[in-house]
Amino acid sequence: MSEAGYNFAYLDEPTKRMIRRAILKGLAIPGYQVPFASREMPMPYGWGTGGVQVTAATLVPEDTLKVIDQGADDTTNAVSIRRFFQRVAGVATTTRTAQASVIQTRHRIPETPLAEGQILVYQVPIPEPLRFLEPSETETRKMHALEEYGLMHVRLYEDIARHGAIATAYAYPVQVEGRYVMDPSPIPKFDNPKLKSAAIQLFGAGREQRIYALPPHTRVVSLDFEDHPFDPAKADAPCALCGATGAYLDEVVVDDAGGRLFVCSDTDYCETRRAEGRVGAAAE
Amino acid sequence: MGAVTQAGAVGAAAMVAEAAGADGLGTGGPGTGGPGTHGGDRPLLSAERLTKRYGGRIGCGDVSFELWRGEVLGIVGESGSGKSTLLSCLSGHLAPDTGRVLYDAGDGSVDTLALAEAERRRLMRTDWAFVHQNPRDGLRMGVSAGGNVGERLMGTGARHYGNIRAAALDWLARVEIAPDRIDDRPSAFSGGMQQRLQIARNLVTGPRLVLMDEPTGGLDVSVQARLLDLVRGLVREMGLSAIVVTHDLAVVRLLADRLMVMKDGHVVEQGLTDQVLDDPQHAHTQLLVSSVLQV
Ligand SMILES: Nc1ncnc2c1ncn2[C@@H]1O[C@H](COP(=O)(O)OP(=O)(O)O)[C@@H](O)[C@H]1O
Ligand SMILES: [Mg+2]
Repeated sequence: MSEAGYNFAYLDEPTKRMIRRAILKGLAIPGYQVPFASREMPMPYGWGTGGVQVTAATLVPEDTLKVIDQGADDTTNAVSIRRFFQRVAGVATTTRTAQASVIQTRHRIPETPLAEGQILVYQVPIPEPLRFLEPSETETRKMHALEEYGLMHVRLYEDIARHGAIATAYAYPVQVEGRYVMDPSPIPKFDNPKLKSAAIQLFGAGREQRIYALPPHTRVVSLDFEDHPFDPAKADAPCALCGATGAYLDEVVVDDAGGRLFVCSDTDYCETRRAEGRVGAAAE
Repeated sequence: MGAVTQAGAVGAAAMVAEAAGADGLGTGGPGTGGPGTHGGDRPLLSAERLTKRYGGRIGCGDVSFELWRGEVLGIVGESGSGKSTLLSCLSGHLAPDTGRVLYDAGDGSVDTLALAEAERRRLMRTDWAFVHQNPRDGLRMGVSAGGNVGERLMGTGARHYGNIRAAALDWLARVEIAPDRIDDRPSAFSGGMQQRLQIARNLVTGPRLVLMDEPTGGLDVSVQARLLDLVRGLVREMGLSAIVVTHDLAVVRLLADRLMVMKDGHVVEQGLTDQVLDDPQHAHTQLLVSSVLQV
């Protein structure tokens, strides 16, 4: 049961309807940024108020919610958002990707492939991929409307000119179904291939008041040049704990002497593998 | 080439076209076939009775003219005479109250003001170029020189970094900017260099028509002369058609085949540049010419 005094999932029904309309519009026009009237949430901007509102409008009592921040369920941000929905919606929660029906995330896509019926909600700080070079909102909206995306490649050109390669490693811009250019939120570019997914993906930007979406199986292409093709980059080493070779790793300090290990950033993925008996070099 | 030579009926246009020579056509850069390859017996651009008011004040009134392939038209007049307003109406930056702007690249005439915005903007970044008086208005100051030059290429579908960079280097050389400045931002450039960069950025797609508003406006006299030489060379080499707005008669003397003199928003006199400057008919033109002689 949710806590007395709150409507289910905190937001009132008219607000949830307004957000659901924006979500449906976003799903109908994949990659298009739908404006919505963002509400004050009992947490500061930068804590994922956009994602929280989308989750609130999406949840039904039968849902099982997972919340991750940088791949982990136990970080402050993830814990407080999970507790928030436990309190105001009374929904079941989990850390297991496969068992969640709704997953709210900041900065990662889970390693375990998502299935149809699951919803992944992203917290987005800056939804406008053109903002970097064109500060005018009127102009960027026109550029989207007229599909004038030369500027995105100017941004990649500048990267190569300065660093010899496309140095953008997070929030790597993508084009959706050959139409809208979209910011995938600050996930590592390593995760970009996972944007093509069987799950529904919803993106919420609270401060900027934008919602956008990817329906299941949407074609998502990372922008690049013919002679500098998109490279999602691979981990240099297997996970020290579970031995995974295809996962995104974080460098963690493991002892007072400054010892470091590379381990899966997706804690559920890592734990699941270890529970299945797989071990990395540090665990042998 | 033959088509353009037929346009020789229009005097000055033929002179420029002949000066350009046949190889001038090959330098138009990627994207377009270069000027003069077809449709020479119709004007490239026709302005029909353009009027733009600002409230009760007239910006430009009832202005009509034709611009031919390979021709450079100068628009002169004192400050406030309506030159910039007219140029903005031509370029689509301003919507005139009445009048039409017809453009004919050889495959039929299009009413540029009636085009869907997407089409009009596509035309602007492929076939047309606009050189602003203040380079800050025409450059991306936060993007390297190479990125500035490459933007129009990327905006028209270029997706090969090496080719884009090669084209940028080529164009920097053509506007006399050293290749080792390619990764510098324009904010590190002098005013003259910024203006040359703006020209390179505009011409890289091989446009047919260039609109320039006081291109030498903010520059020192010595820098002005070099820029004018450069522009004149490029116009001839590429067989460009151009409209140059200026209050400086020396600029049109050097660049323009034909001249329009504006006063209070209206065209008071037009003709071949030398004729207008050497034998002005309208009292206002006489005043303009005499004041320049006093300098
Ligand atoms: N945005 C504007 N609002 C009101 N009046 C304007 C505006 N722009 C220009 N004008 C007026 O229109 C006339 C023509 O101006 P302009 O086209 O800028 O002349 P020029 O470029 O020859 O100096 C002037 O009287 C000017 O004051
Ligand atoms: Mg002016």
